[in-house]
Amino acid sequence: MTKNSNLSIDLKKIRQDFPILNEKVYGKPLVYLDNGATTQKPKQVIETVDNIYRQKNSSIHRGIHYLSDQMTEAYEEARDTVREFINADSTTEIIFTHGTTSSINAVAFSFGEKYISEGDEIIVSEMEHHANIVPWQMLCKRKHAHLKVIPFDDKGELDLSEYKKLINEKTRIVAVTQASNSLGTINPVKEIIDIAHAKDIPVLVDGAQIIQHGNVDVKALDCDFFTFSGHKVFGPTGVGVLYGKEKYLEEIPPYQGGGDMVDCVTFKKTTYNELPYKFEAGTTNYPGAIGLAEALKYVKNIGIEHIIEHEHALQQYTTKKLEEIDGVRIYGNADNKICVFSFLIENVHPYDAGMVLDKLGIAVRTGTHCTQPVMEHFNIDGTIRASMVFYNTFEETDMLVEGIHRIKKMFAN
Amino acid sequence: MFEDWLDKYDYLIELGNELPEISDQFKTDEYLINGCQSKVWLNAEYKDGKVYYQADSDAIIVKGIAALLVKTLNGETPDDIINTELHFIDKIGLKQNLSPTRSNGLLAMVKKMKLFAIAYKAKN
Repeated sequence: MTKNSNLSIDLKKIRQDFPILNEKVYGKPLVYLDNGATTQKPKQVIETVDNIYRQKNSSIHRGIHYLSDQMTEAYEEARDTVREFINADSTTEIIFTHGTTSSINAVAFSFGEKYISEGDEIIVSEMEHHANIVPWQMLCKRKHAHLKVIPFDDKGELDLSEYKKLINEKTRIVAVTQASNSLGTINPVKEIIDIAHAKDIPVLVDGAQIIQHGNVDVKALDCDFFTFSGHKVFGPTGVGVLYGKEKYLEEIPPYQGGGDMVDCVTFKKTTYNELPYKFEAGTTNYPGAIGLAEALKYVKNIGIEHIIEHEHALQQYTTKKLEEIDGVRIYGNADNKICVFSFLIENVHPYDAGMVLDKLGIAVRTGTHCTQPVMEHFNIDGTIRASMVFYNTFEETDMLVEGIHRIKKMFAN
Repeated sequence: MFEDWLDKYDYLIELGNELPEISDQFKTDEYLINGCQSKVWLNAEYKDGKVYYQADSDAIIVKGIAALLVKTLNGETPDDIINTELHFIDKIGLKQNLSPTRSNGLLAMVKKMKLFAIAYKAKN
């Protein structure tokens, strides 16, 4: 709770690794509190990607030449780094996509083709990002299935007793986020999975907001699908991961057709490549995948336990500081939270607040954060969101607090 | 530098507060320009060959920019409004507020102001 907690994380050194954190905006040092939207990149990642385009670039899986062999090897090594990071059994279960959104869309399409028919039910939660709502709605429309929603309470915690009531013999899949991007809630996904598995129902976990904050172990969770984006875990944008249990990935059809995902193509019949290539049609974002692997190595090097420790202290400190300000209300007060703070200042529109914070060099996000149902729950149009990661400091919280005081003064009439 | 911006925003807040209240009958969904971030309401009236606007927003700085736009175009003829280019927004450093990605309703407001002018021109 104190500013001087004895942390085993060298923030000064870490911040040196992120060139953008030393930039100025409007002549002021950048205070980057929009990590929920995207995270910044350490030089190790930037240099890895830069180096690929300077010295190593070549299309993977197709070449007969030196560069292509090297690139293919690096790409497959990246797959293994991802596998290790999330503790999956095999690289055949790791598919590179464009990001969380495309991973969820892939499952909604492919799983839907195989397993969803008229009258079936799909369960999501009220706090999902639009990316974990809309693909399922599209599937429901296509197959005449129904979407069921687990509600959350005013603290921002899921109502598991309601969830147990929603699950029935028509339920085909459950899709929930492990951490909410707008409320910060860390959901008890293990419990959610166990309840579904007791009825043989598979679960997809949206890991977009947990991968940068906590321990991810797909084997311990026993989730059937897990999705995340590279850019939210200090890696490049345009690359993401879909983890799926082999038994499902073998059974469900590919969602895109093209090069590399096929075994044999004739105009009469095409047979598909084996896993994971069956789900990687076309030239993939291999520099992105390799950059992502570098980012995961960077995170591992700092140590997840150190990240959790620092962020916990930061979360406690920031919560206390925000709660101390008269007229500030935090939305999302779950017991178990990531370092995300959605809040409103009394009588100030979040957009106005965001505009002033911007000119102070403080980057936050305002609006609905792609979670309109969450805003509807609280009957508000949007919030100001400060989202922090391991490179954020207690001093940055102080600057945010100071900014809020200035805003209160500006709009005080 | 921030102090300059503070002054600018203070001025916009003032303009926003001074903007005559839009009548309740126009503060409905029919007159709403829904940005994802903030809402803007706009109505126009035609009198003696000239267009007069009324606007409102739930965000006060946005309302201030709306007031600037209303001040600039109020009392002009439909032709002048249709042909005007709002370079001054750019010049005073508020261009980003009229970017399509900001989705605060202001860009759509400018479009709708011109549409009102086009409609009045066609009618008369």
